[in-house]
Amino acid sequence: MSILSLRNFRKHFDGTKVVNGVNFEIEKGKITGLIGPNGSGKSTLINLITGVVPKDKGIIVIGDSMKVDKIRPYDMKILGITRTFQNVQIFEQMTVFDNLLLTLTKRTVWGSLFEKHSKIHEERTNDILQLISLSEKKNELAENLSYGQRKLLEIGRAIAMDVDIILFDEPYAGLFPKIIKQVSEILNRLKKQDKAILLVEHNMGLIRELCDHLVVMDAGEILAEGEPEQILARLDVIEAYLGE
Amino acid sequence: MEYLIHLAILISIWSMLAMSLNLILGYTGLLSITHAAFFGIGAYATAISMTVYDINFFLSILIGILVAGVVALLFGLILARFKGDIYALATFGLNIIIFSIFLNWQEVTRGPLGIPGIGRPEIFDFVFKSNLYFLILVSVFAFLIYLISEYIVKSSFGRVLQAIREKESTIQVFGYRTHFFKLTIFVISACIAAVAGSFFASYITFIDPSTFSLNESIFILAIVILGGLANNKGVFVGTVFLIMLPEILRFVGFPTDIAAQMRQVVYGLLLVGLMMYRPQGLLGKFKL
Repeated sequence: MSILSLRNFRKHFDGTKVVNGVNFEIEKGKITGLIGPNGSGKSTLINLITGVVPKDKGIIVIGDSMKVDKIRPYDMKILGITRTFQNVQIFEQMTVFDNLLLTLTKRTVWGSLFEKHSKIHEERTNDILQLISLSEKKNELAENLSYGQRKLLEIGRAIAMDVDIILFDEPYAGLFPKIIKQVSEILNRLKKQDKAILLVEHNMGLIRELCDHLVVMDAGEILAEGEPEQILARLDVIEAYLGE
Repeated sequence: MEYLIHLAILISIWSMLAMSLNLILGYTGLLSITHAAFFGIGAYATAISMTVYDINFFLSILIGILVAGVVALLFGLILARFKGDIYALATFGLNIIIFSIFLNWQEVTRGPLGIPGIGRPEIFDFVFKSNLYFLILVSVFAFLIYLISEYIVKSSFGRVLQAIREKESTIQVFGYRTHFFKLTIFVISACIAAVAGSFFASYITFIDPSTFSLNESIFILAIVILGGLANNKGVFVGTVFLIMLPEILRFVGFPTDIAAQMRQVVYGLLLVGLMMYRPQGLLGKFKL
């Protein structure tokens, strides 16, 4: 069942059509892969869905009928969407623990002013730290983490949000095989928890291994969509990646 | 002894000011160059309340908080949409506007003539007339403000401020409407600066606009940067050092008028040196 539909998403930068009339859906309990050559508009699309970059046109539909035209980043929690970033965006001068707590505590000014983190927050944070193997780094500043650990922290933060839709923007980029395996386990676990996952990735082996559905973008438009093995065998998709 | 008490009072007043700026600059990462304006609003609120309307000092503090809070709210609504250089420039402009009001609204502020004869705090017929009693009172308030600041920065709200300092656009994606947080901390900070202003007016007993110029805002900024961004104890160290500096210069043989000028030179050198070798200040946690 579709939980997030994109309808006619458009974004032009100085006349360049970066995202041009994109429509697709992602479903609960499935991993949807989003691939395409560099500059095809994948990350921009995630930025448009999460309101980080304002769109020119398009709406998102959550579930059956909740149409969202005005997309603002701070509405993501209410809409049940979270994301990771292509360039890791953790809060480096805060501890690993505080990075995760930010996703658990109250969002309003007054609510947060009169709130200190509780035992429930602490337990939830500890569970996630265990899942991403960062328990020992709990009280260290995030700036002291290795690149792979930073990626894991960002993934942990997305899990801590406890929402239905998670958009992963190249979570495997630059990781060692051991951490790649760990990230795949986390993604499969989220899938089993009935989360809807959008995965932007360049590694076709991982796409084949993990994805239930595949969307290919080229020059800001959807080039192909369907079952991964069939899509990856298509000539136009291979050409888009490798050139003529 | 009286001289040391005098210095301790100044340190208490300026540490309140510096703690208030630290909430915006140190913890939220917004370069505000307007704190002398809110310091002045508190001072004028107390001066006018006590000399014109014969209002008790403690009530005048509340009036100062209220006026500074309303002004900060109105300007903050605009400021909260900015960050970085534009935020700094906008606050710079705010200081100039409020300084001009102090200087030119002569019916209320008496302009450059200033307001003399401001009384000392009084409660249940007890007047804090001696400097020692005044020191005890101002120290209690400075400590209360320290506790309030520590509470704020250790709450969930404080954690969001620190996230705004690092990556405002990222924390928004996790469901935080950051401009409300920036607005709230700006108003809280302005209210604290106004409290410091009330004590200053009552202690010095005379105020005029010259104390609340941009130079004063830069002085408060220097305290926070020297002592330590995002560390209230560091800010106290910075206050002690910079309040004592002209006194030290006098003791090492500089004539009083030259010592005052040298102070500006030393601030400048300190800021340049810190930016080069220790951008987080002496005890700070956050690097500019």
